[in-house]
Amino acid sequence: MDKQLNGAQIVLQSLQDHGVEHIFGYPGGAVLPIYDEIFQQESIEHILVRHEQGATHAAEGYARSTGKCGVVLVTSGPGATNAVTGLTDALMDSIPMVCITGQVPTHLIGGDAFQEADTVGITRPCTKHNYLVKDINDLARIMHEAFQVATTGRPGPVVVDIPKDIQFALGPYMKPKAVKHKSYQPQIKGDMTAIKQAVELIANAKKPIFYTGGGIINSGPHASQLLRELVKLTGFPITSTLMGLGSYPSADKQWLGMLGMHGTYEANWAMHDCDLMINIGARFDDRITGVLDKFSPNSKKIHVDIDPSSINKNVMVDVAIVGDCAHVLEDMLRVYKSDAVTPDKKALASWWSEIEAWRDRKCLSYKKDAKAIKPQYAVERLYELTKDADTYITTEVGQHQMWAAQYYRFEDPNRWMTSGGLGTMGYGIPAAVGVQVAHPKSLVIDIAGEASVQMTMQEISTAVQYRLPIKIFILNNEYMGMVRQWQELLHGGRYSSSYSEALPDFVKLAEAYGATGIRAETPAELDDAIKRMIDTPGPVIFDCIVTKDENCFPMIPSGAAHNEMLLADSEGLDIEVSEAGKTLV
Amino acid sequence: MSAENQIERHTLSVLVDNEAGVLARVIGLFSGRGYNIDSLTVAEVDEQEHMSRITIVTLGTPPMIEQIKAQLGRLVPVHRVVDLTVECESVERELALVKVTGKGDARVEALRMSEAFRARVVDATPDSFVFEITGNTEKIDAFIGLMKPLGLREVSRTGAAAISRGPEAM
Repeated sequence: MDKQLNGAQIVLQSLQDHGVEHIFGYPGGAVLPIYDEIFQQESIEHILVRHEQGATHAAEGYARSTGKCGVVLVTSGPGATNAVTGLTDALMDSIPMVCITGQVPTHLIGGDAFQEADTVGITRPCTKHNYLVKDINDLARIMHEAFQVATTGRPGPVVVDIPKDIQFALGPYMKPKAVKHKSYQPQIKGDMTAIKQAVELIANAKKPIFYTGGGIINSGPHASQLLRELVKLTGFPITSTLMGLGSYPSADKQWLGMLGMHGTYEANWAMHDCDLMINIGARFDDRITGVLDKFSPNSKKIHVDIDPSSINKNVMVDVAIVGDCAHVLEDMLRVYKSDAVTPDKKALASWWSEIEAWRDRKCLSYKKDAKAIKPQYAVERLYELTKDADTYITTEVGQHQMWAAQYYRFEDPNRWMTSGGLGTMGYGIPAAVGVQVAHPKSLVIDIAGEASVQMTMQEISTAVQYRLPIKIFILNNEYMGMVRQWQELLHGGRYSSSYSEALPDFVKLAEAYGATGIRAETPAELDDAIKRMIDTPGPVIFDCIVTKDENCFPMIPSGAAHNEMLLADSEGLDIEVSEAGKTLV
Repeated sequence: MSAENQIERHTLSVLVDNEAGVLARVIGLFSGRGYNIDSLTVAEVDEQEHMSRITIVTLGTPPMIEQIKAQLGRLVPVHRVVDLTVECESVERELALVKVTGKGDARVEALRMSEAFRARVVDATPDSFVFEITGNTEKIDAFIGLMKPLGLREVSRTGAAAISRGPEAM
């Protein structure tokens, strides 16, 4: 006979058995029994956020920087609906998360009770899976399944909705090992025939490129190591999506920088002109491909992805390998070595000379300004002054995010936390909170914009409460910069509602929260101000006043192809965007 | 039009855990991703294992059908997805209840037609019939078409149930 626990105890026991040390949450009527259990134990620390969206992003930052599962605890009704944005974000970026929501007692479900919402109905399309626990005898199994589903295969968020009466009811507890899912069995090992075909294509490629993504990060640091080995062995160039930054060191010569809408000239041209594309753990997202019918027209394509539905979804490929990146890379390397593959050195040399010509365009160069801080310069200086520290970067969403991706350089995985798929403004501060909880001694910086940062600004209070010394580095241009840029490009410069009117004084705001505020307005004072930020022991809001109308380049305009990208030295933004392009986002 | 853009009709059999919300998951997937459902039939087929079988008739281009199968396969409670249109020979049946009202020649003609289609009379009054007809979708469409001028009042259809031919099971 299993031992009997009440529902709240089963929740806590299962969290402990899954090695959970931190949970992010906000209490309310429907989760009080679980909070009461939290109060009576010490192995799990609860971080009280200021809004449930913050809890989800904090859990994402925690998960992304550690490889562990992020855990969220919120109440019914508004607690659950506030978590929806973060759940969707985690689904789009494949972040492992278990979100426990309270629910009104089972006998009240469906009666429009106070703080009742159809949580499983609302979260069905924004979770990998979700559960409503209606029987205490199912609770332990469901908790274990939730962790299994969230962390294996293509990771994602799982909601467990627990009515309040279930939290009080007595039921059995069994250990995680006793639970095996009936239908859920993700494929981890790649098909060897396909892997051999891939290696053969690699052996015969004349203009190859590796195109890697967040799947490498999700697969763990070992996948990054294997990727580095394969890239070195082949001598091929490599680019990565926004989500994959850090899986290959940016200091290396074979690294072409990020690709896509705001990727580098060399990466995008190489993608366009290649004869072999080796996609490992990326999903041919529209930010990456540009217009699909002109996407890399002359290449054979290999696609490694753990999710079968990613294969041939946007781009038809020649060799598809369903499996976990690390496992597939390991097999690829083995076949590559045992076949004693030698790349075509002559062809590669001529391919590299083409790439070097694109590189020589120096697409990330920008006009320096002696009086005002250029946002690119601010990120460059931030990078130079923090690169030797143990640094983690989060971002909000918009121009600053792209500048961070372009000008901050990453050498290792799990150091870069950003909202890629959903593009959630307000991600950065709570994500930084989560990262700092996991890495209390590290330097955690949210590269932010003054508009995004106000969406979840209240989480600075969480940072102050838990003495999390996060640094919020705001590139303040008084605009929703990316919206403004698109209005300049597509809507005749009519800046409809994109100006940040009535901004708070961020320095005073920091002080009001009990944090430190620092402002820099000129390039001359920037370095000292950044150093002061780094040396400040507590949380800091850094208000970096930057030029207002800077555009983010390079850029592939909507409806255009990789070889039609705009550079900063193009004649302004005065270009024709196709009617079809204008309807795209 | 190339084969890749040709809209095809496929019948998919999906074996799922019969748990709360599983049908909503499948339907939500179709509406959320903009796929078509021509018909959908669902019932528990294994009481002991709590398994249900969902038969979905869908329309789409071949890549879209592949995507639908992959997306269905990704749902956690889904055990298997079989495309009965391409993976095997299959038989497909639908049941319809068809109410026809009228008197005189039309009524006689309706009854005569129902015999030709091997429909059964499951309810009759002096001025109405309810016919039960089974067959593939085209046969039922044809029968309903014939009943229209003869006093068709109401139709209730089940959607297709389908199974592979031969000894193999899914």
